[in-house]
Amino acid sequence: MALTTAVPTASRSRVGSERQAARRQWWGRFALRWVVLAVLITLWQVATVAFPSPFFPQPARIFERAALLWFPGANGMLTPSMQSDVLPSLGRMLLGFSLSVVVAVALGTVIGLSRKVGDYIDPIIQFLRAVPPPALLPIFLVLFGTGDQMRVLLIAFGTAWPILLNTIEGVRSIEELKYETATVFRIGFVGRLTRIVLPGAAPKILAGVRTSLSLALILMVISEMVAASSGIGFSIVQAQRGFGFLDMWAGIVLLGIIGFLLNTVLTLIERRILGWQRSSGRETA
Amino acid sequence: MTAVATRPVQRRVSTKVTRGLTGVAVLLVLAESVSRFGIVPANILPPVSRVLSDTFGLLVDPEFLGDVGSTLTAWAVGLGMAIIVAVPLGLVLGSFRIAYEASSAVVEFMRPIPSVALIPLAILVFGQGTDMKIALVVYASLWPIFFNTVYGVRDVDPVAKETARTFRLSRIGILARVSLPYAAPLAATGVRISAAIALIVTISAELLAGSASGIGAYILRISSGGGDTSLVFAGTIVAGLIGVVVNLVLVAVERKMFAWKKEGVA
Repeated sequence: MALTTAVPTASRSRVGSERQAARRQWWGRFALRWVVLAVLITLWQVATVAFPSPFFPQPARIFERAALLWFPGANGMLTPSMQSDVLPSLGRMLLGFSLSVVVAVALGTVIGLSRKVGDYIDPIIQFLRAVPPPALLPIFLVLFGTGDQMRVLLIAFGTAWPILLNTIEGVRSIEELKYETATVFRIGFVGRLTRIVLPGAAPKILAGVRTSLSLALILMVISEMVAASSGIGFSIVQAQRGFGFLDMWAGIVLLGIIGFLLNTVLTLIERRILGWQRSSGRETA
Repeated sequence: MTAVATRPVQRRVSTKVTRGLTGVAVLLVLAESVSRFGIVPANILPPVSRVLSDTFGLLVDPEFLGDVGSTLTAWAVGLGMAIIVAVPLGLVLGSFRIAYEASSAVVEFMRPIPSVALIPLAILVFGQGTDMKIALVVYASLWPIFFNTVYGVRDVDPVAKETARTFRLSRIGILARVSLPYAAPLAATGVRISAAIALIVTISAELLAGSASGIGAYILRISSGGGDTSLVFAGTIVAGLIGVVVNLVLVAVERKMFAWKKEGVA
C-alpha cells in the first residue's frame, strides 16, 4: 500500500526495482501462507493420532473422505453428493445473494440520494438489520413453507442489510462538487448515476458485500439444517445424527474451502472494479 | 454564533424524528390491514396489533425473561472470553512482522468456516447446554476482534514507538502504553461487529440444538408446538430489540471511551 504512493520524479529503474521488491514480498507472503497451512494440518494430524477421539478423526482420513464424496472420479462424472448437496446449496446461496445485492444497491442508492426517503425509513431499517437473521427462520418457514423459495428469500433478506447500509453511506459521502461539475457539463440523471454515484460508492458497497458474503454462507447452512432434504448443511446434520463423524468433518472442511474460494473470487472482483482507486483495500469488517 | 447554528440543527432533528415515526406508522398500518382484510391469512401473518401486544406480554413473562437471560448469559460470557483471548493475541502478533504474516494466514483459513457449521460438532463435544453456546460464540467472535486489533497495532505511528523506546520503555511497556491505546478504538469496533455475530450464533445454536432455554429455544418451542404464530413474531421482535439495544450501547461506549480519538488521530 505504502509502496504505490508518491514516487513522482523517481527514475524508471527505481520504480522497476520497487516493483520487483513488491513482487518478491508478495511471493514471500504467498509461500508463507501455504507453509503455515501445511504446518497446521500436520499438527492437527499429530494431535489426532496422539489423542484419538471419535469426535476428532484424523485430517488425512477426512480429506480422503472429502475427495471420495465430492471429487469427480476417473469417469469425470459429478459424484452423487456433489449433485444432490453441493450444487443445490451453492445455487440457493448465489441466487439469494445476487437478489440481495441487486435490491440492496438499488434501494440504498435511492435512500442515499434522497434525505427525505432516508428519514422516513431509517428507523425501520435500523430495527430490521438488528434482528439476528437465524431468528427469522421460523417466521420464514411459516410464511414461505419448507421449500427452496424460503431458503433463497432468507439468504436474500439476511444479507441485504450490510450492503444496504454501506450503499447509503457510500452514496452520501460523495462530495457536492462532483454533482456541481456534472451540472456544468450537463450530464443527465443516468449519467450521474453511472459515472458519479455508483463509482463513488463502490468501495463502500463492496465492503458491505464482503460482510454479507460470510452471512450468506451462514444462512445457507442454517436454513439447510432445518426442514431440508438436500444441501451441505443438511448432510452435516444427517452425518452427525448417524454418527458419521468423518462425513460431518468432511462437510465442515468443504464449507471452509467454499468460503475461502468465494472470498478469493470477491477479492479479484474488488480489485478489478476498484483498480482505478489507489488505496481501496483494508476494510475492517 | 452557536445559538444561530443550533436552531436549524434542532429543526432538522425534529423533522427527522417526525418522518421516522410517520414511516413506522405507515408500515404498521399497512401490515395490520394486510392481515385484517385477509390479503394474507391471519394464521400466517398475524395482525400487528396482536403481535405488539404479545411482545409486551412477553416482556413481562417470567418464563420468557428466563430464556432472554439464558441467551444473554451465553452471549456475554462468550464475547468476554473472546475479548480476553483476541485482544492480547492481536497486540502481540500484530507487533511482529513474521508472526503477523503467519497468523493472518491461519486466520484466512479458519475464518471462512461458517460458525453455524460447527454447531453439530459443538453439540457432540459440549452437549446441548450453555457450554456449547459459549464455545460457539467464542469461536465466532474471536476473528473480528483479533483482526481489528492486529490492524490497529499495524497502524501504530512508528514515531510514537521510537519515542517510547527513547524513554526506555520495555517491550511490554510499549505494548501496554503505546500499542494498546492506539489499537483500542479499532479493537472496540471489532467487539461491536462480534457482538452482533455472537447474538446470531447464540440464537442459531439454540434453534438447532433444541436447547432447554434461550430465545431461540423459545421460538422453536412455540413454532414447532403448532403454537401461535403471533408469539413467534413477538419473540423475534424481542431478539431484534436486543440487537438494537446492544448496538446502541456499544456505539455509545465507543464514543465515550474514544472521544479523544477525533482530535489526535484522524
